[in-house]
Amino acid sequence: MGAPDPPAFVRLEGVSCAFDVSPPWLERLLQGGRRQWLRAVEEVSLAIPRGTTFALVGESGCGKTTVARIATGLQRPTRGRVEIGGIDIHARRPRGAGPRVQMIFQDPYASLNPRWKVADIVAEPLRARGAPKGRRARRERVAELLRLVGLAPEDMDRYPHQFSGGQRQRISIARALAGEPEFLVCDEPTSALDVSVQAQILNLMKDLQRRLNLTYLFISHDLAVVRFMADQVGVMYLGRLVEVGPAERLFAAPRHPYTRLLLAAVPDVAAVGRLRAPLAGEVPSPIDPPSGCAFHPRCPLADARCRRERPELRPASGGVRVACHAVAEGRDDMDRPLLEAGPAPRALDRSS
Amino acid sequence: MAEASTRRSRRRPVLDNELLEDFLHAPVAVLAAVITLGFFLAALFAPWVAPHDPFDLAAVNLLDALLPPAWLEGGDGRFPLGTDDQGRDVLSTIIYGARISLGVGVASVLLAIAIGVPLGLVAGYAGGRVDAVIMRIADVQLSFPAILIALLIDGVARGLLPRELHDELAIYVLIFAIGVSGWVQYARTVRGSTLVERRKEYVQAARLIGVSAPAIMLRHILPNVLGPVLVIATIHLALAIITEATLSFLGVGVPPTQPSLGTLIRIGNDYLFSGEWWITIFPGAALAILVLAVNLLGDWLRDALNPRLR
Repeated sequence: MGAPDPPAFVRLEGVSCAFDVSPPWLERLLQGGRRQWLRAVEEVSLAIPRGTTFALVGESGCGKTTVARIATGLQRPTRGRVEIGGIDIHARRPRGAGPRVQMIFQDPYASLNPRWKVADIVAEPLRARGAPKGRRARRERVAELLRLVGLAPEDMDRYPHQFSGGQRQRISIARALAGEPEFLVCDEPTSALDVSVQAQILNLMKDLQRRLNLTYLFISHDLAVVRFMADQVGVMYLGRLVEVGPAERLFAAPRHPYTRLLLAAVPDVAAVGRLRAPLAGEVPSPIDPPSGCAFHPRCPLADARCRRERPELRPASGGVRVACHAVAEGRDDMDRPLLEAGPAPRALDRSS
Repeated sequence: MAEASTRRSRRRPVLDNELLEDFLHAPVAVLAAVITLGFFLAALFAPWVAPHDPFDLAAVNLLDALLPPAWLEGGDGRFPLGTDDQGRDVLSTIIYGARISLGVGVASVLLAIAIGVPLGLVAGYAGGRVDAVIMRIADVQLSFPAILIALLIDGVARGLLPRELHDELAIYVLIFAIGVSGWVQYARTVRGSTLVERRKEYVQAARLIGVSAPAIMLRHILPNVLGPVLVIATIHLALAIITEATLSFLGVGVPPTQPSLGTLIRIGNDYLFSGEWWITIFPGAALAILVLAVNLLGDWLRDALNPRLR
């Protein structure tokens, strides 16, 4: 099916992560509660070739951030393994011997220590790696990095609170680059920023990727951002990947009902006033997920098999893999919208 | 760069100009600070400030005993607040007493910080079993009144040390007793703040960079949890002074050869009903004013450093 996959630089294999959310044992003993596990991530496998971007999308609480934390090594998976450049990052090894992974965080206000000067923040990875040696050499390197992310070297003697959100995110990126990462995990790096600033940061990240051959795992719930950044996209629902494929393919012809509804819900500047088909219902609790396909309570194509049996990721057309019985059985009529959109409400219809 | 550099000067370093400005606009805080500072200076420079040296036996004259304050009939201008039963100047004994009280207070607060802050940091950062053990010890200690623990430590020290050695070490035993009985509050507060800070993304970033846990605690978290510690330390200072006075009043504190404010109150108490009220009332008033001033300062600091009250 198509060209052979390029060799993966980052590989997640069957990664699952469950959190113990049981009440304390004394309470369980007295009130007879059960042990409860929150299955944040279930059997996620993905592969990212070097120098490309893999984007994870999904609603809040679907496990995107947990995948990001597992991919960096901050969180240990319950099952599965993460390999970067062929090295298992969760295996025991001496400090600093592993692959170089850095992360850019969502909140540009919490990700910088408010009591440190920018020079110290950006130099921290340099000090940790012990290169370059000496205060002077480090300051030169910091100046270089600040210029690289579009800040002035004179900014290094200021405190984070003296910068705007976009500038802080640039500082975050400079700090990440100081660690000379091969793999960069970005957890919603632009969701806290204004739209105009978002574009600047995204352009900067793309530019850096080209120049430094960086590999990105990009987490977002913003489909426009994902479309701009991603080479591959994985759609997550309740801890599982439901559709994975090349970005242009997935955006042009989404197959999984969830992806289709997600894309249909995106506001479109060209069609203001059109009533968009809303994605009905809430995300179910990952503590007590629905039987069978986790999406069936919200899916217009669900039948008895969907309620009973969990679908596996299976190749569909165009290098896309989909976990859906309806797609596998050909029950999804791609020519009809999944939900009928109603006529525009009169209040919004300016032409009449 | 389209992003305009915003130079909002929000308070960041623990003490800075804005805090100073707040301070100058709070008359109560300024008064409290002046009084506290006055006590500290007087205590520090007692030999130069006090009109007499009450412990210089050669200078003390029994003929001057039990003189009333200077403005009363029979008062003597040399002794503005009167004299005690041994002819010592009450004002001078108060200044020297404040020296002992403040010294013990400050030292025991520092000891409590030295024990409580590291334990709180470790408990909050390590979590799990380490946290459980430290906090259960804290809970157990908290179920006894601090004064009881101080009495217990003092009693044990008395039992262990020979009598003359104990008198010599009494002050250190007292500092140890008050310090150990007060660490829990610091540990709890620092643990709570550490739990909050540990989840913040700058700590995660430091972990990813490969900074070691002790370095993260010391360099990243500690500076961000010191604000509340400063507030507690101020209020604890007042409490420590009171505790010391209480212990000394009960006769288990500092020996009478180095009387603190509490000792002075106890000694003077014997003369209260025979009419020589000044021997006990003036040290008592000094203690009350000192503690009130320190407490008001602590209250103001708590409000000023609390972003939710702004």
